[in-house]
Amino acid sequence: MKLSKKEKKKFEMYVKANMRKGYFAALAFLGNHDDAMEISQKAFIKAFGHFKKFDRSKNFFAWYYTILRNLCLNHIRDNKKKKPLDEIIISKENTEAVNPQTAVENEELKNQLHKALFNLDEEDREILILREFENYSYKQLSELLGIPEGTVMSRLYYARKKLAKELKRYLK
Amino acid sequence: MQKEHYILLVEKFLSNEISQEELSELNSLLESDEELKADFEEQKKIKEVLNKMELRNPSQEVWDSYWLNVYNRIERGVAWILISVASIILLSYAAIDAIDELLADTQTPAVIKYSIFALILGGVILFVSLIREKLFVRKKDKYKEIQR
Repeated sequence: MKLSKKEKKKFEMYVKANMRKGYFAALAFLGNHDDAMEISQKAFIKAFGHFKKFDRSKNFFAWYYTILRNLCLNHIRDNKKKKPLDEIIISKENTEAVNPQTAVENEELKNQLHKALFNLDEEDREILILREFENYSYKQLSELLGIPEGTVMSRLYYARKKLAKELKRYLK
Repeated sequence: MQKEHYILLVEKFLSNEISQEELSELNSLLESDEELKADFEEQKKIKEVLNKMELRNPSQEVWDSYWLNVYNRIERGVAWILISVASIILLSYAAIDAIDELLADTQTPAVIKYSIFALILGGVILFVSLIREKLFVRKKDKYKEIQR
């Protein structure tokens, strides 16, 4: 735990460079702003405790993500009584710039998608959000999740299929 | 046709990484199979829906205070460790001192002296047992990375 000033500065840099990615990854699992903040910060604190063990030639975020993922899964397991989900998804289109009907349709789509995403299991939601909203490449996902790129593609495909099933009524 | 290869082509198409050759292959697959065509349309539709949305970004103040929150929590963690260690040392010292006095006092009834001895012995056995269990679990448990 005892780190030099230089090491602390380095850790601060890592936190600042990865805090957004960490928060959004936690949000994908937990669907709640406060929990995502709490768990993503807790993961950084844990990472700080083991910072000496971190191989500097490796990707920091991939190492941090392993800690974060475990904490998120433990949090879900230990908190069966779910907190209400926050509205974590918003439409990219500016509501003022589109006509009222499109705005209503976008709002409805957003609500349905939100509901559908949180009806999926955590792993499907995780990979979909990281790929579709956070734009991780297949290679990055393969590194983060510790699975081959082909498996990433296949998991994404089946996750989209499950999402389509959830949104079936709306898509028709 | 292998399903895995079809999935690979679909993913490459959806991420705009498909080559001309692969696109022709995908098109011929879709033309020859109505079920696949419907499946492909469904994947495209879901991709379109997801492309219209994004995750809500917290305000700038949240990001500005993020590192400070992490730092404060680390600092407080260190403070709690120091307080805990110091409290254990001080309380242990006070307990040893008090026990020492009680045992040295000739007025103390024998039953109290035996009780103190039993309490210390019980505490030591419990401590050793817990440590042994912890070490055993650490060595053998393949799920040790998962927090309980």
